[in-house]
Amino acid sequence: MTVYLFYLLSFIAILSALMVVFSRNPVYSVLYLIVTFFAIAGHYVLLNAQFLAAVHVIVYAGAIMVLFLYVIMMLNLNTYNEMQKANWLRFGAVVSGCLLMVVLVGSLKGAETMQPGAVHDANIGLVSNLGNVLFKEFLLPFEVSSLLFLAAMTGAVMLGKKSIRS
Amino acid sequence: MEWGDIIYKSILVVCVFSVSLLVAMYSTYAERKIAAFLQDRLGPNRAGPFGILQPVADGVKMFMKEEIIPDVSNKALFIIGPSVAMFTACMTGVVIPWGTELVIGGKHYPLQVTDVNIGILYLFGVVSIGVYGIMIGGWASNNKYSLLGAIRASSQMISYELAMGLSIVALIMMTGTLSVREIAAQQVGWHWNVLYQPFGCLLFMICAFAETNRAPFDLPECETELVGGYHTEYSSMKLGFYLFAEYINMFISSAVIATLYFGGYNMPFIGRWVHDPNWMAILGTVFFFCKIFFFIFLFMWVRWTLPRFRYDQLMNLGWKILIPLALLHVAATGVVMWLTGQIH
Repeated sequence: MTVYLFYLLSFIAILSALMVVFSRNPVYSVLYLIVTFFAIAGHYVLLNAQFLAAVHVIVYAGAIMVLFLYVIMMLNLNTYNEMQKANWLRFGAVVSGCLLMVVLVGSLKGAETMQPGAVHDANIGLVSNLGNVLFKEFLLPFEVSSLLFLAAMTGAVMLGKKSIRS
Repeated sequence: MEWGDIIYKSILVVCVFSVSLLVAMYSTYAERKIAAFLQDRLGPNRAGPFGILQPVADGVKMFMKEEIIPDVSNKALFIIGPSVAMFTACMTGVVIPWGTELVIGGKHYPLQVTDVNIGILYLFGVVSIGVYGIMIGGWASNNKYSLLGAIRASSQMISYELAMGLSIVALIMMTGTLSVREIAAQQVGWHWNVLYQPFGCLLFMICAFAETNRAPFDLPECETELVGGYHTEYSSMKLGFYLFAEYINMFISSAVIATLYFGGYNMPFIGRWVHDPNWMAILGTVFFFCKIFFFIFLFMWVRWTLPRFRYDQLMNLGWKILIPLALLHVAATGVVMWLTGQIH
């Protein structure tokens, strides 16, 4: 049962991820990306990490993608035909895409020798366990990343201001 | 899971679904009657006694009307929009505990479809994807008023979700659980959370009004500025879906407010007169529905009493007043819990 669900979710995730890239209309791309996020949230549930799944849906599908959609709906309201890209831009895109491919293949090369299922505790994804780990073992990285978020937020507000009184 | 459990859960799901639809259907009637009462009119009184069949007549009218899909619209997304709105509205009822549990023949039947250990986060997740129905529909209509309505709806819902989440954080700190059932069970007797967190309750209710796009926060469908808002181009049952989804959301919001802050199915002093657990469960459910109906009435009362906010006022209220207040509330809850020795 779980195996079938896994294959179904993986199929949906990969198909919609491909559609993100191949859709001509940017609004469709965003909607397919949302479907991808839901499929990945389903994977989290299969791994017994309901908290992560819920937060993933709330943050990515519920907040970030709404902002993406918001911006893309406002873009190009009047132009229906895609502009032709310059040749050097296409060439650069091909080169950087190939480089990314090399990196991905390189990082996955040793994957078949890795031991899957190294998780000791099947309940590690539940909220209380996650909280204990975050606030006991990894307190410093957790706080540092929250500081990073705060800095990014402040920066975004400063950039968004039209004029700063000096 | 055994077959008996599966059958029982399916029956419960169908019950929750049909009760949500029925309540939403008669909310439209109640809204018109309450509006009439507040404006010293009679309201619908032609279809059946006291106009009680009016929602049925409205439903039939919605189905029979001609369905118009604008030529310039994006057809697929135009249909997906109201479907998503309706789908997400119907998804939230499953984690709400409608009562304690029935014991029949030694077997326990909890009156809740599923007790997810992150029930509150599930509610938030579904609420946060609910905005896609409005956004997709508004954009696909290819109409500037619809688009403006959709954009207003999305920014309003994102802004108020933050304050709503923060007001819930204080509640979670106090109860120590994310499971909706446990939160309801902790408020036995008179230990309702509203008595401990009246301010958090107020914040949550304001945000719930904004999330359901009800007056005084109904900017997405502000008639005086945007014709009909995000559903300007919709007709027939697709429009019906949008309007119906709003009423289901209102019902679910009322249920969530009643569960989180007003004791859910708990009924004070009931233990003195009734001892049979089955009767207590049924009475608790009835009492829970009384609370829900009161909050639905409150939603309508506010709608027909208060004028609408201006858009910049709405954003200022959300970002500059509610979010700082909610943050302060979280900090104050932490300090009080520390002083009273509940946390170390």
